[in-house]
Amino acid sequence: MSEPILHITGLNKSFGPVHVLHDIDFDVRAGEVTALVGDNGAGKSTLVKCIAGIHGADSGTIEFQGREVHIRSPKDAAQLGIEVVYQDLALADNLDIVQNMFLGRERGSAWLLDEASMEKAARETLASLSVRTVKSVRTPVSALSGGQRQTVAIAKSVLWDSKVVLLDEPTAALGVAQTRQVLDLVRRLAEQGLGVVLISHNMADVFEVADRIAVLYLGRMAAEVYTKNVTHGQVVELITAGRSGDIGLARPEHAVL
Amino acid sequence: MNEKEPTMTQTPTASSPNTAITDFGIDTTTMSTSEAVRDYFSRLRAGQLGSLPALLGLVALVIMFASLSDVFLSLNNLANLLAQGAGQTIIAMGIVFVLLVGEIDLSAGTASGVAGAVLAMHFAENGNLLGGMGSTVFILFLAALGLGAVLAMLLRIWAGAAMSVLGIVIAASGMSANPWIEMLLALCTGTAIGCITGYLVSRIGMPSFVVTLALFLAWQGVILQFIGEGGVIGISSSPVLDKVANGNLSVLGSWLLCVVAVGGFAAATLGRHFTRLRRGLVTQPTSIVLFKVGGIAAIGIAATALLTINRSPNDNIVITGVPYVVPIVLGLLVIGTYVLNRTRYGRHIYAVGGNREAARRAGVNVTKIRASVFVVCSSVAALGAIVYSSKVGSVDPQAGGLNTLLFAVGAAVIGGASLFGGRGRVSDAVIGGTVLAVVANGLGLLRQPAAVVSIVTGLVLLLAATVDALSRRRAASATR
Repeated sequence: MSEPILHITGLNKSFGPVHVLHDIDFDVRAGEVTALVGDNGAGKSTLVKCIAGIHGADSGTIEFQGREVHIRSPKDAAQLGIEVVYQDLALADNLDIVQNMFLGRERGSAWLLDEASMEKAARETLASLSVRTVKSVRTPVSALSGGQRQTVAIAKSVLWDSKVVLLDEPTAALGVAQTRQVLDLVRRLAEQGLGVVLISHNMADVFEVADRIAVLYLGRMAAEVYTKNVTHGQVVELITAGRSGDIGLARPEHAVL
Repeated sequence: MNEKEPTMTQTPTASSPNTAITDFGIDTTTMSTSEAVRDYFSRLRAGQLGSLPALLGLVALVIMFASLSDVFLSLNNLANLLAQGAGQTIIAMGIVFVLLVGEIDLSAGTASGVAGAVLAMHFAENGNLLGGMGSTVFILFLAALGLGAVLAMLLRIWAGAAMSVLGIVIAASGMSANPWIEMLLALCTGTAIGCITGYLVSRIGMPSFVVTLALFLAWQGVILQFIGEGGVIGISSSPVLDKVANGNLSVLGSWLLCVVAVGGFAAATLGRHFTRLRRGLVTQPTSIVLFKVGGIAAIGIAATALLTINRSPNDNIVITGVPYVVPIVLGLLVIGTYVLNRTRYGRHIYAVGGNREAARRAGVNVTKIRASVFVVCSSVAALGAIVYSSKVGSVDPQAGGLNTLLFAVGAAVIGGASLFGGRGRVSDAVIGGTVLAVVANGLGLLRQPAAVVSIVTGLVLLLAATVDALSRRRAASATR
């Protein structure tokens, strides 16, 4: 298998006395969808925030494209090419699609924005992802459906030439048809050579699009397995108990269950 | 909202890079005229009303007052109306910036009063602010300007810091009275006040309502301290300060203004439209753009023609020309619209108002943007103070107090700016300000008592807020 594009070893994170992440090892490979699953409070969001630079990690190393990096702010992450698409849709409702996709990175000078070039680039990106459900790129985001918004949010990360895209529950609030749309898009991202991390509670989604599954259990990485090697039941056991047969943590925590 | 799902399934091979963009649904860049008109009405039904209710209300009010009063439509009254409403309209333009990020500035009125009082005192004392204020107050005044400069530097709003320092230089140097220096000093004072407000709201994190309510009271006291109980400082003896709101352009100047304004608007709009059309970007139909430009040109030429006719009610005096307040308001309108629509700063203001968290995650400096809108608001309010002080011819302890602020906020909201942030334009302030000026002027002509004027103004504002709330609800239900 190819070298991982993002390689995390021994990552720890505490909030005061609460040790949220214990010695996490986590790999993301280009061209693959890695699902990150775990129960509520297992540390998925914290791990993503550490990668995105929102929280600083207490210890551990992050290697990006084989080189050790220090991600101290969301800007650092963005410069490396790590994008996070958040669950609560980080789009401004009153702006149109183009304005949202270029928010914070507008083209042109500060005193005269280059709308023409931004609009073209936004359209080309949406087209390359086969997004054709949007009537005009000048539609305000408030007029879009949930799935379309999620699509725009994901397309935004592609526009920025990201190498790694982390999707936080992209299908949580969507209907069946819209979920379909977004999952297709997730697959297409990986086909374009991006490393995709999908955080999800929905086992059906995970088994449909993910190449690998990483399971967090009470702040520890219980297992990183290939989707084709495991069953639904095994993953659910890993999530709830931290181990399943001979995979998982050697000593599951006895505190729960 | 209808899901256009089937289109997804038809494009399994569409991701090949050679596929023309025009193969996709997102290529809808131009519409026929009828489509555009239909699109407009469907947007209206979906609750995106913009300035339409205010414009319709304005037309209704004008028709009503014209039929009830013979004087209302007289040229003299119309010109007078423009000057009467200009001060509060300008303050409302600044308020729009604050409303856009979802905040409120209750102190804009009395802050403008402070700027007006400083202007009047500098004029009356021939630049000797130290003598006019007394040494303690003068030192505190300089300290406040200095505080504004320091806080602006902490926020990295360099323009605000520079203006505050300039204010200190002007005030401390004791330059003799010069109307332009006085106006500049008023502007600097407004900027410094805005820096303080902005810092308290965005860096310290107090709710803008509380901060500006406190400052509203404080500035009222400052004006009283500057001018003195029962005092009035006249400024109408300065020809320049008097003419700001009471003077008119020459006939030639009026037509030059008309040519520059209409020509500039047409050139900018059409130039942009055809460039976009040529490059295959999203545009409105050419017919609609031409109609808009033609309409604005017709209104501009007609207004200039009417205002260059002698409108003096007295046979011995000739009054012609467009009032100075028109180019002042138009200039601010153009600058404000440009800043909000075409610059990165304006884009970020809308983003912060639409979704603060999203803006923060996108790398927008939310703290700075939130502080800066208060600087803009207070600075623009100081300009408003220059205009309304000029109109009245003096500054008294009530300057900028009473209803000034409420009328300015009301003007912005009536025009279509939303109190919830993210929605509004500078032109909303102008339209809303005109509505309120028409109400006040028309009821005054009908000899209605102040009680009726207040009640009617209140009802107009209530109506506007209702339209805003209902259209928001409509817009929210249209997407789900």
